Amino acid sequence: MDAMNTTTATQPVASPMHAPAAGASKVMGRDVNVYFGDKHALKNVSVDIPDRSVMSFIGPSGCGKSTFLRCINRMNDTISICRVTGKINIDSQDIYDSSLDVVQLRARVGMVFQKPNPFPKSIFENIAYGPRIHGMAKNKDELEQIVMASLEKAGLIKEVKDRLQEPGTGLSGGQQQRLCIARAIAVSPEVILMDEPCSALDPIATAKVEELIDELRENFCIIIVTHSMQQAARVSQRTAFFHLGNLVEEGPTTEIFTNPKDKRTQDYITGRTG
Amino acid sequence: MTDMSAPSAAGFKPRRLDTTSSAAQARIRARYRSEYRFRAYGIIALVITTTFVVLLLSDIVRRGVPAFFQHNAVLSVSLPKEAFGAGDAVGIKGADYFPITKAALQTAIPGIESRSGERALTRLLSSGTADILRETIVADPKLIGTTFKAPLLLGADADLYLKGEGTAITKDVPRGIATPSGTTGEVTVLTSSNDFAEELAVIKRSLLDLARSSELELGRLKRSGDKANAPRIVELEAEIADLRKRADEPGGQEVLTSKLPSILVEINGGLVKATKLSATGITGDVLLPLSSVAEAQPAKWNVVTYTTAESSRKVDDLTVAYIERLKSQGAIENVFNWRFFSVGDSREPELAGIRGALLGSALTMFVTLILCLPIGVAAAIYLEEFAPKNRLTDLIEVNINNLAAVPSIVFGLLGLAVFLNYFGFPRSTALVGGLVLALLVLPTIIIASRAALRSVPPSIKEAALGVGASKQQAIFHHVLPVAMPGIMTGTIIGMAHALGETAPLLMIGMIAFIVDVPGSLVDAATVLPVQIFLWADLPEPAFKSKTAGAIMVLLAFLFVMNGLAIWLRKRFERRW
Repeated sequence: MDAMNTTTATQPVASPMHAPAAGASKVMGRDVNVYFGDKHALKNVSVDIPDRSVMSFIGPSGCGKSTFLRCINRMNDTISICRVTGKINIDSQDIYDSSLDVVQLRARVGMVFQKPNPFPKSIFENIAYGPRIHGMAKNKDELEQIVMASLEKAGLIKEVKDRLQEPGTGLSGGQQQRLCIARAIAVSPEVILMDEPCSALDPIATAKVEELIDELRENFCIIIVTHSMQQAARVSQRTAFFHLGNLVEEGPTTEIFTNPKDKRTQDYITGRTG
Repeated sequence: MTDMSAPSAAGFKPRRLDTTSSAAQARIRARYRSEYRFRAYGIIALVITTTFVVLLLSDIVRRGVPAFFQHNAVLSVSLPKEAFGAGDAVGIKGADYFPITKAALQTAIPGIESRSGERALTRLLSSGTADILRETIVADPKLIGTTFKAPLLLGADADLYLKGEGTAITKDVPRGIATPSGTTGEVTVLTSSNDFAEELAVIKRSLLDLARSSELELGRLKRSGDKANAPRIVELEAEIADLRKRADEPGGQEVLTSKLPSILVEINGGLVKATKLSATGITGDVLLPLSSVAEAQPAKWNVVTYTTAESSRKVDDLTVAYIERLKSQGAIENVFNWRFFSVGDSREPELAGIRGALLGSALTMFVTLILCLPIGVAAAIYLEEFAPKNRLTDLIEVNINNLAAVPSIVFGLLGLAVFLNYFGFPRSTALVGGLVLALLVLPTIIIASRAALRSVPPSIKEAALGVGASKQQAIFHHVLPVAMPGIMTGTIIGMAHALGETAPLLMIGMIAFIVDVPGSLVDAATVLPVQIFLWADLPEPAFKSKTAGAIMVLLAFLFVMNGLAIWLRKRFERRW
């Protein structure tokens, strides 16, 4: 592993194939490097992610796509041995700037995790928690409106409107994941990060979540990490392929899947590696 | 990763799973056998532990239940106005109540004139009876000048006798006509028949028993071969010869000693204790005076035997006679011993109560809990969630784990050196006791709380961080509530440990004999286990049941405390 890493690190890193459209990008990464202790997990990643669209990160396990995702809301800060260099801007504001409050950042950049992780509280409390700690509702009615609107947007309202006081952990896996999405959008983030949101779900629940992602694209900048290339093809407009810590290729999804420029991408999407 | 080839499997041929051959069958059977065996071990272990617990508890309950009951003599007490001085509060408080209780007894058992008789009579009642009566009168001064039925606390010996630690009493209905020679002092009672023959036989058997036990002693002395024992051996040999001779001789007259069962004659409303016994009559001392020297017809008098020899019981014949007299008058009542729960310790078993120790324990636990829980949980949260992982925190962690295993007496010495000597806190107080026990419990709570915090899935914290909660918010709003049941469990274990702790409290002076019930954290106090330790050490037999009773109270305290904690834990759990 180490030997391979060093050899690839000394090779010139493939620069992004695609020059991003100027001005339209919501999230911009430049020369992002991530180290876990001695391990160089992410190497010189530069990417532009447009607003109001879905960007998917694909690549074999351990390629750094989740690591990069967690850089965007600085979730990697919680790992003490993790070190990030380079620059990530959201709306041309450097999120690694020392003056930036990480808690505020995370309110702007919502996250949905691989395994549904609702709080062990009621469905209502799950969604109300974020708005409450950020003081987004002046009174109970407003809070209720936020909760209902979020459930509505997450397409969960029909299923749970009569059982808002029941524990969120009592829902099915797919419902739980949509609850987590509702929880993320309740604080009106600008960017939503999804770390393999469907990997623990059955195909029907997956279809519902994908449908939801497609709808949410209207209002949010969504970045999704997925192992399913079909999913990436279905939900995303742009796709980035990561391999061994490098961003190998990035471009419109149709292009990546039909006409990959890099051999590694081609090998991966045709199932020869990964 | 993907480029790496799989380990070479060339030349390896997987064998088919064999389930049919006899070897395979034997293997399966062995597997089942081992499972059954293990289950059997489990059941045996369970049965053994259950047996021990049941034995222990039933023994404690059997010994302890008598402590919760107390015998009173319900006597009519007359309160003459002149005994209370001016009749005002000072007069009532300052009055001498001892003569009043004594008079009440003398009314119930009249005719006792000898000094020893009077002494035995007044000793029936507890030394605290007069004080208890004072409290009654102070609370209700209207009683002065009247005669009323008052329950008077019996002394521990009388109480124990009534609880069955005395002697068996048998009564024989004689056939002859008895004639007493007097009503008081030394009298003879002669009967017209051989009414005492049976009692004489009993005495002869007892003589033989005495001879046998003396022979045992003789044998022991002879085997030891010590020259210094020679005079005692001669003495014993003579004694045995005498005892055997007396036992073998039929009839005649026997001199009764305190080592033999007591024979008494109930006649003409009085009681005569035999000192000399023959088949047709006794010579003896009057314990309860006779009304006359008239002849008593067969059904009108009884021969009474106190089977246990006087020397091997706590109460003498005179006291037994008094108690039996009171009992026959219906003046003895057995009531729930509220006093046990309402007063502090005392040197008199019948006056001793558990309240001081109970409150002392409660106050101590209170101090321990309010110190331990916040400090312990805060330390656990800091160490688990916030502290940087470096040598210093590692060192702290190792030391906390070690502290949990430090013998508790060391904490007592620490408390003595730091809290008493350095800070100068008051000795034997619940405050210092609580501080010392807090030191003892803190490691347990920290370790348990850390384990509980660690067992909370990290996804919950991530979820909270993901919606923009700060680390502190994530921990206090989400991680801590989920960890709370585990923290509560650790706290319960720690507090139960502290409740039963004795050794460290000895060091800070909580072993002292403290009569007053503590009213605050800085009053001298003792705690339940120390009280048990103190009572177990006392020679009075009545304290044996008090000890067991105190153990029952301690266990009840523990169950209540744990029950409360479990209820709290369930409430926390139900919120999720």
